[in-house]
Amino acid sequence: MAASRRATLDIRGGGTKAFYGEAPSGEPLDLMRLAGISSYEPSELVVTARAGTPLAELEAAIAARGQCLPCEPPRFAPGGTIGGMVAAGLSGPARASMGSLRDFVMGVSLLNGRGELLCFGGQVMKNVAGYDVSRLLAGSWGVLGVICEVSLKVVPVARATATLCFDWDESQALRQLYGWAAQALPLRASCWHQGQLRLRLEGAESAVRAAHRKLGGTVLAPEVAAPWWDSVRDQQHEFFRLGDADLASGECLWRLSVPAVTPELDLPGRRLIEWGGAQRWWRSAAPASQLRLAAAGAGGHATLVRAADKSPGAFSRPSEALMQIHRRLKQSFDPERIFNPGRLYADL
Amino acid sequence: MNATRQNPLPEERLQRARRQAEVVGALARVLPSQAILSRHEDTAPYECDGLTAYRESPLVVVLPETEVQLVALLEICHALGVPIVARGAGTGLSGGALPHRFGVSLSLAKFNKILKIDALAATATVQCGVRNLAISEAAAPYGLYYAPDPSSQIACTIGGNVAENSGGVHCLKYGLTLHNVLRVRGYTAAGEAVEFGSEALDVPGLDLLAVVVGSEGMLAVMTEITVKLTPKPQLARCIMASFSDVESAGAAVADVIARGIIPAGLELMDKAMTAVAENYVHAGYDLAAAAILLCESDGTPEEVDEEIARMTAVLEQSGASRVEVSRDEAQRLKFWSGRKNAFAASGGISPDYMCMDSTIPRKRLAEMLRSIETMAQRYALRCVNVFHAGDGNLHPLILFDANDPEELRRCELFGADILETSVRLGGTVTGEHGVGVEKLNSMCVQFSPAERESFFGVKRAFDPQGSLNPGKVIPTLQRCAEYGKMHVHRGMLPFAELPRF
Repeated sequence: MAASRRATLDIRGGGTKAFYGEAPSGEPLDLMRLAGISSYEPSELVVTARAGTPLAELEAAIAARGQCLPCEPPRFAPGGTIGGMVAAGLSGPARASMGSLRDFVMGVSLLNGRGELLCFGGQVMKNVAGYDVSRLLAGSWGVLGVICEVSLKVVPVARATATLCFDWDESQALRQLYGWAAQALPLRASCWHQGQLRLRLEGAESAVRAAHRKLGGTVLAPEVAAPWWDSVRDQQHEFFRLGDADLASGECLWRLSVPAVTPELDLPGRRLIEWGGAQRWWRSAAPASQLRLAAAGAGGHATLVRAADKSPGAFSRPSEALMQIHRRLKQSFDPERIFNPGRLYADL
Repeated sequence: MNATRQNPLPEERLQRARRQAEVVGALARVLPSQAILSRHEDTAPYECDGLTAYRESPLVVVLPETEVQLVALLEICHALGVPIVARGAGTGLSGGALPHRFGVSLSLAKFNKILKIDALAATATVQCGVRNLAISEAAAPYGLYYAPDPSSQIACTIGGNVAENSGGVHCLKYGLTLHNVLRVRGYTAAGEAVEFGSEALDVPGLDLLAVVVGSEGMLAVMTEITVKLTPKPQLARCIMASFSDVESAGAAVADVIARGIIPAGLELMDKAMTAVAENYVHAGYDLAAAAILLCESDGTPEEVDEEIARMTAVLEQSGASRVEVSRDEAQRLKFWSGRKNAFAASGGISPDYMCMDSTIPRKRLAEMLRSIETMAQRYALRCVNVFHAGDGNLHPLILFDANDPEELRRCELFGADILETSVRLGGTVTGEHGVGVEKLNSMCVQFSPAERESFFGVKRAFDPQGSLNPGKVIPTLQRCAEYGKMHVHRGMLPFAELPRF
């Protein structure tokens, strides 16, 4: 119908990520009623849910059976949905060790711009029939169509966990993290901020005990550690909270995604480092070009996550050769540019 | 499997000879003469890949040594509209590297250098023609290895692994090729440089790497790949468990996973396979068992002890009639020897075998085994079964004699039946070997016309001229229409709403 009216639609779930990326535009297409877990088989390690299913509901259902989404997708606020989680493709603190959200997508049903309902992938992990379109949709920000239903791989919750703290400056923390990356350690997540590195170990009881003995550090009480990691995952930690006054003063929240072994970046502002060095958050008023140049120089890219003014573009741009592939994919899946136009790039 | 090649008509042969002269002439301007093969005796070794029943003569075979040569030849082929079929070691099992009669077979064998092992970042950057096992060998001094281990890992190349999204026995715990590749550099059909993925953990824009991995040479020609390396586990131990019926073996697989254990490997062999394997390797398999499970744990000695104890308890509760844990590395390798040599052993007892590769939900394993048993009777052919049970990925080996056209026909029907049953059980027609040419018909069963058209759309987005590996992976509407005349779509009978007894 939208195709015949040439309307544009803003695909919406809980709206918890409306602030992320370029501004949504078009008539809202509310998916909150397309909700519910369609199937969950703990022994198959797979859960299938419709797009509007609250992430909280899905996480509670799998937690009841001792399983989890190991990529720890950020929730930002209550009310986020499975569809939004996949469309945004964002991963949380355990990304570097457990894989990205995309890695856990097994199948997607998609409504394309011609109104056709298409199924890609399925409910089995090993599946190489046709191109892996379901994983292409992870992080597509709705520009290729409406994600209607998703099958996700889930994994067992680790049997033991411990959070260790080390009072180290940035360069020492990075050096240590590099040294550990190539070792068989049950290192699930890391976060450095203001002179302290926190490590979350997860795995078999014996493995966590052995790693603690080897690494040292002081243990953070579990009842403190769990909410603290959640606050990093969901950006509720004080570092991520930019008030109106901060934003008005020109301060922005930047996400730099760089190879983990990148040395300390010389940029103004406060920083928080995750993913063993591969994800670096900055609160900075420096010009966009400076952050983008630093990220590109290290072989990565920079996202302008929170800002009063996103005119420099929320996302870095891929090479022109890849942009052309982007445009042709958009043309193929959504030729009338109905869904989320401009949400990823102005010309997509 | 339709391996017949009709004798070309004389005018077609003439047309081909003219085209060959034209293409060779153009390529000779940018490639040294030894890098261009066009005489039949020189191109014959390139006529097939690991799926030897399908053969075709390539128009020309080229073996560039540098990226400069590669770009030049791509530009020429693009300008002339010549199809390009890239190939690595030619070990693929679905005919993905089958030559095109009017196309150039592009051998990337000379792109075989390991460019960098970065022990700090735990990554390796290698050219596409480097063998899978060579990466692990180069990483071994740093205590690292490349985890995905397809059974052809001695010979297959990393470029081929990326093209097929290869698995192996350890991907239940360590993931597929997709999960272990960070970055792929290569060229479009037009010779334009492209880079998918990054040494950072994500890229801006759409995640194109996700579709390039497993694209079977249809989207880009890759030259350089950065993979993630994994710390080598200090220890691995394997449990061999016997079951007196396939149902309890299938249930045991589900029980292990449901208890929150992700084994490093979880493989199943049925009774027929066990007998064939035992005869070949003398590993001491339990010949009385209806099915044998191999269940491996790896990690630190403490982790392995903890996990082996938990696995043993689950397997015993699930009704294992015999449980044996490897005492040492030699015995562990012995347990695996039969599984690793399953294909070779099957080759020893039958003139030919056809290896299937579908995936089904784990809980349907026993049901599938029973169906295959019934099919074996219906088609009057033997079938032995090895499964990557942990992933639900099946490799039934149908034994037949290719010289008997009637047996070949029954074998093809048997294979198609297995694939369609897999789709009906909620699975897929290929878990790790790819579609290639072999499973084109089965793609008609698994995907709707609109879904297949979307795949063509992805293809056009990367390769608008359709020069890269044309005719593979996605069946045309016409092909599916012809196949559909003989088969029912998605396991649905016509008038499915009518009661049937």
